[in-house]
Amino acid sequence: MAIRRVLIANRGEIALRVIHSARALGLETVLAVSAADRDSLPARQADRSVCVGPARSSDSYLNIDALVQAALGTGADAVHPGYGFLAERAAFARRCEGAGLVFIGPTPEQLDAVGDKLRARAAAEAAGVPVAPGGAVHSQREAAELAARVGVPLLVKAVGGGGGRGMKRVDDLTLLPIAMDMAAGEAGAAFGDARVYLERYVAQGRHVEVQLLGDGRGQVIHLGERDCSVQRRYQKLIEEAPAPGLAPSLRAALHDAAVRFAARLQYRGAGTVEFLVDMERGAFYFLEMNARIQVEHPVTEQVTGMDLVAAQLAIAAGEGLPVKQPAVRMDGCAIECRINAEDPAQDFMPSPGRVTRAEWPQGAGIRVDTHIEAGSRVPPYYDSLLGKIIAQGPTREAARERLIDALARTRIEGVRTNTAFQAELLADGEFVRGGVDTGWLARRKG
Amino acid sequence: MSLTAKDVEEILKALQDGSFDTLDLELDGVKLHLRRSGAAPTGAVPAPALPGAAAVVTAAPVEVPPGTTPVPAPLLGIFYRAPRPGEPPFVEVGARVEADTIVGIIEVMKLMNTVRAGVRGTVAAIPAVNGELVEFGEALLFVKPD
Repeated sequence: MAIRRVLIANRGEIALRVIHSARALGLETVLAVSAADRDSLPARQADRSVCVGPARSSDSYLNIDALVQAALGTGADAVHPGYGFLAERAAFARRCEGAGLVFIGPTPEQLDAVGDKLRARAAAEAAGVPVAPGGAVHSQREAAELAARVGVPLLVKAVGGGGGRGMKRVDDLTLLPIAMDMAAGEAGAAFGDARVYLERYVAQGRHVEVQLLGDGRGQVIHLGERDCSVQRRYQKLIEEAPAPGLAPSLRAALHDAAVRFAARLQYRGAGTVEFLVDMERGAFYFLEMNARIQVEHPVTEQVTGMDLVAAQLAIAAGEGLPVKQPAVRMDGCAIECRINAEDPAQDFMPSPGRVTRAEWPQGAGIRVDTHIEAGSRVPPYYDSLLGKIIAQGPTREAARERLIDALARTRIEGVRTNTAFQAELLADGEFVRGGVDTGWLARRKG
Repeated sequence: MSLTAKDVEEILKALQDGSFDTLDLELDGVKLHLRRSGAAPTGAVPAPALPGAAAVVTAAPVEVPPGTTPVPAPLLGIFYRAPRPGEPPFVEVGARVEADTIVGIIEVMKLMNTVRAGVRGTVAAIPAVNGELVEFGEALLFVKPD
């Protein structure tokens, strides 16, 4: 069905990003805001904004009733959930569909299938996609038996989880029962689901993910991969496309595996399959699928020249995929830095407040996705992402140098930011060489 | 130093988002007493130091008539002035209201939520339109407090 008016159930830079693509397609935008975001730049840029509740996310951006009512009450015919908040909540997608609204994302069934990590693991195995040795455990005895086969180090992970919560590393099998209890407790508190499973821990792993688009009828294309190995406590800091230094055969195998996984689900919309690439063994394992647009999508857009949000809107309107696989071209390299309101000098403590000065870099090969301007508030209720600076160039080195230069010209005052820290990482010899693993940042600090 | 309207707005926001029902502030001779609508009064309290300083923030772009207090929508939804279509409205301009007087209904996903005045006085204006979407915090009516 045709979409005329989109309600955006999100905030911050992604809200603005969706507004831009929707407007370029001639769609009207309604932004759902909390009381804390009434005066935000996205609220002013949307054709209309409606306040759906108080500042606290649970009362506003996670308030399914209010969001669906806001969409119906403003005459929207579709809902874009952005990332985070309700983006991957099957119940939200279901409620939208039940109310006659197009949910711009996968089907509720697909969200259920990939949201449960054990089901997703099983789906990967069924699609012939490698998973790390491990699996479900229902008792301590079962866990001990499986752990003996998998070997240490291993990870206890939450079935309903993500973001590192409910995840414990075990180096000594006698400590497995304690780690299982801790992980289950954390997972139960964070996700309302205390189930855990075991997986081999890959010491020298890189986080490589493949961007996909599916039409919901079995056609799936990939837009290449991104390397997001620069992480702090499982939070991505720097992302780049393509992943540096992968053998062509390994790269092609990752693309194929991701497409196979999503095609089997008849996946609809934009999504990402994440892999852990074991550089020692030259092998890779399925981690999970993110059934949404991702924070780091701009690096893919910069090397492919495609608009992923526009593609989401087109797929949701039933127009199918924007291009066929052979027409997808990769050109050059792109690197993205996340600029967060946090203080590197104080263990990256969040730094909310009012931004008094905001000068973002401009120029050839530079893109900035942000909702922050001088005077913007950074409320303490939400995540600390202020914006993303993306640099592209014909080579990785050209993009890297441009990004360092762009960071040097970035001036954000009033709140603390990680800008200088990011510049330091980009200049680090190991990052310059390319292909650091997910443990690099933690080791570098220690 | 003195309190600006902006300062008061910030303080109101802090109270609105916090877990406290009342807030007393004394700064260079300026006394500010704020109480959430619905919260029990704490003994004998002075009147709010500023007009319209009931501790519920309405940031919706509606001019507050002088000397009145807005009754904000407690949640987003469809506003109805009467219990049923065809029936007389709960209140009209000029009506007397007590804090617990029902002044309207907000429907959210087929659930009806009653809205109470939260303040005692006389209805001065009713900017909210029957059957239309109201936002969280939007002024439904203005009451001239006693």
